[in-house]
Amino acid sequence: MSSKNLWTRFTKGLLHNSDDDTVNRYRILRRNIFILMILITIIPLTIMAVIYQHEYQSSIKKEIVIPMQTLTNKTKHTFELFFEERLSVIRFITASYSFEELSDQKNLNRIFEALMDEYCCLVDLGLINKKGIQLSYSGPYEFLGKNYSKQSWFQEVLVKGNYISDVFKGYRQFPHVAIAVLRRTEEGRYLILRSTIDTSKFDDIITSMELDQESDAFLINRDGIIQTSSRFYGKVLDQYPVPFPRGNYGPIVVEETDPQNRKMLIAYAPLTRADYIMVLAKQRSALLKPWYTLRSKMLFAFAISVVTIILVVFKLTDTVVKRVKDADEKRELAYREIQHTHKLSSIGRLAAGVAHEINNPMAIINEKAGLMKDLVAYDDQFRKKEKFLGLTDSILQSVERCKGITHRLLGFARRMEVQLVELDVNELIQETLGFLDKEALHRNIELKLQFTDNLPYIFSDRGQMQQVFLNILSNAFAAVEDKGQIVITSWEEDSDTVGVSIRDNGSGMSEETISNIFDPFFTTKRKGGTGLGLAITYGIVKKMGGEIKVTSKQGEGTIFTVYLPKKAKIGPGE
Amino acid sequence: MENLKILLVDDEEEFVTTLAERLELRGLQARAVTNGEDGLHMIEADTPQIVILDVMMPGLGGLEVLKRIKAQNPQIHVILLTGRGSTKEGIEGMQLGAFDYLMKPINIEELIKKMQEAIKSHP
Repeated sequence: MSSKNLWTRFTKGLLHNSDDDTVNRYRILRRNIFILMILITIIPLTIMAVIYQHEYQSSIKKEIVIPMQTLTNKTKHTFELFFEERLSVIRFITASYSFEELSDQKNLNRIFEALMDEYCCLVDLGLINKKGIQLSYSGPYEFLGKNYSKQSWFQEVLVKGNYISDVFKGYRQFPHVAIAVLRRTEEGRYLILRSTIDTSKFDDIITSMELDQESDAFLINRDGIIQTSSRFYGKVLDQYPVPFPRGNYGPIVVEETDPQNRKMLIAYAPLTRADYIMVLAKQRSALLKPWYTLRSKMLFAFAISVVTIILVVFKLTDTVVKRVKDADEKRELAYREIQHTHKLSSIGRLAAGVAHEINNPMAIINEKAGLMKDLVAYDDQFRKKEKFLGLTDSILQSVERCKGITHRLLGFARRMEVQLVELDVNELIQETLGFLDKEALHRNIELKLQFTDNLPYIFSDRGQMQQVFLNILSNAFAAVEDKGQIVITSWEEDSDTVGVSIRDNGSGMSEETISNIFDPFFTTKRKGGTGLGLAITYGIVKKMGGEIKVTSKQGEGTIFTVYLPKKAKIGPGE
Repeated sequence: MENLKILLVDDEEEFVTTLAERLELRGLQARAVTNGEDGLHMIEADTPQIVILDVMMPGLGGLEVLKRIKAQNPQIHVILLTGRGSTKEGIEGMQLGAFDYLMKPINIEELIKKMQEAIKSHP
């Protein structure tokens, strides 16, 4: 099945359910519209929320990463400057003094003391010759005469000219760093000056970074040995437990999960002069706190939006379905009315045809029976004259009855030529009641007229309006017992309509009777009802653009209400 | 009323002949034909005072016959018979010059009364 077909089927299923069960149909329609509206509102909202979250997350990360890189780099420079200062002063000493001057213990003591005044953290100072022998020493230890020739730093300083050691614990179990500088004199002698630095200054540098509780900064060497104490990862000379990038690079930030299973953002910046790497570690959760706050706010806003959407959609769906239902009902009603009108007009045509066909043979019967009567009447000799005349009269009466029926049928069927005149409804009803006055008097029926004075005139056909009221009134007369009551009320329904109700306290009608009351040939009168009266009434009222309604309760009576437009709108009636 | 010549035109033979007989019984000169053409011929041959004319006939229709009668012999009174009960045809007929119209089945006394009225209106 192609996607187009699927879509058509989907939308059809959503909006036009072929299920015949009406209650179910509206329930399904309501459900489908609800789901569709929820989907088309909440899906874009969700997508937007996700995109926004993602964008914000990446931008906030950038905002975190760059300051971390900057801070790490700055601290790295501070360390480099620290080392460089000490190396340069020692280099200055090697340049300023001769080998002899420095090998003199007294001289060295004097220089070291002056040096200690100017530069912090220097623990000792010693001169070493080309063979690695300590020639003079100023400091707390007994290093005089010590041979360094086999130590790796000594080889390195011979090659590179200067050297900064890793942190090591000296004799007094304090972490130290050794630095050394080589100078070759004009005479070709090697002059190596070595000094030890107390690393307590390192902690000051790190403190100056002003880190919070969730952050940690320290130095490691290229082998991952911690060089200054770390808040998270152990003491000096412990192994740094997190994998870190090797080689030379600018400050970088990586995301790692540490052995304590914390998600960390860690900045690395290798020092250029020494074999150290500056490390700055921050807990991601702490860094992302503003992000989490925003996210919870966003989630809250999202939830509120979703709830609002659902409420609105629910209400909207309800309204839409109600409207659809109303429209359906109206259409159904209109359809039934049209059907009724069609039924009436087709029955009317049929009735006219039948009446016409019957009229001709009826006319023959009439004439033949009439001739028989004439012949008998003119013949004085005729035996059983009385009997014959009785018979022919009976035939002629029956023909008369048939004529009555066929003429009523034709009356029902024909398109009555409408003559619109100004009519006073009150007057018209009173006039119509004139036909029934005798019966009312005879049966002692109370006629109560509740007319609204100065009722506006209607523009309609007098004869047909009379027929309408006559038919309804005849029914009311038929319904009430002797001494019954009929109340006729007139009023102005609205600016375009006049209303008339005819209420009787007669026998009333069953639901079934009410539903058939305007159908042609439907009658409850045991004698003489053609079943056309109210059908004609209905046809006329409809044709004039009016409405007729009937309410009834068995044993209590019936109310016929007629609404007539002030200006008859002639439509297809009958 | 005696010696009054009446022509009956109706396609229902049984009806028209019987009606003619009944009128004869009442002393009137009534003749019956069953179509419009015969009716017009009969009028030319022996002009009646009154024509009783059915509106609905095959061939030449009643209203057409009426028009021709009125064109040639406007003094003849025409009473129309309709079987359809439609006042429209009756009124149309009266506009064409018919004296009146009656609906079938007719009452003979009523017919005679109408004829008398017609003669009285202008003999």
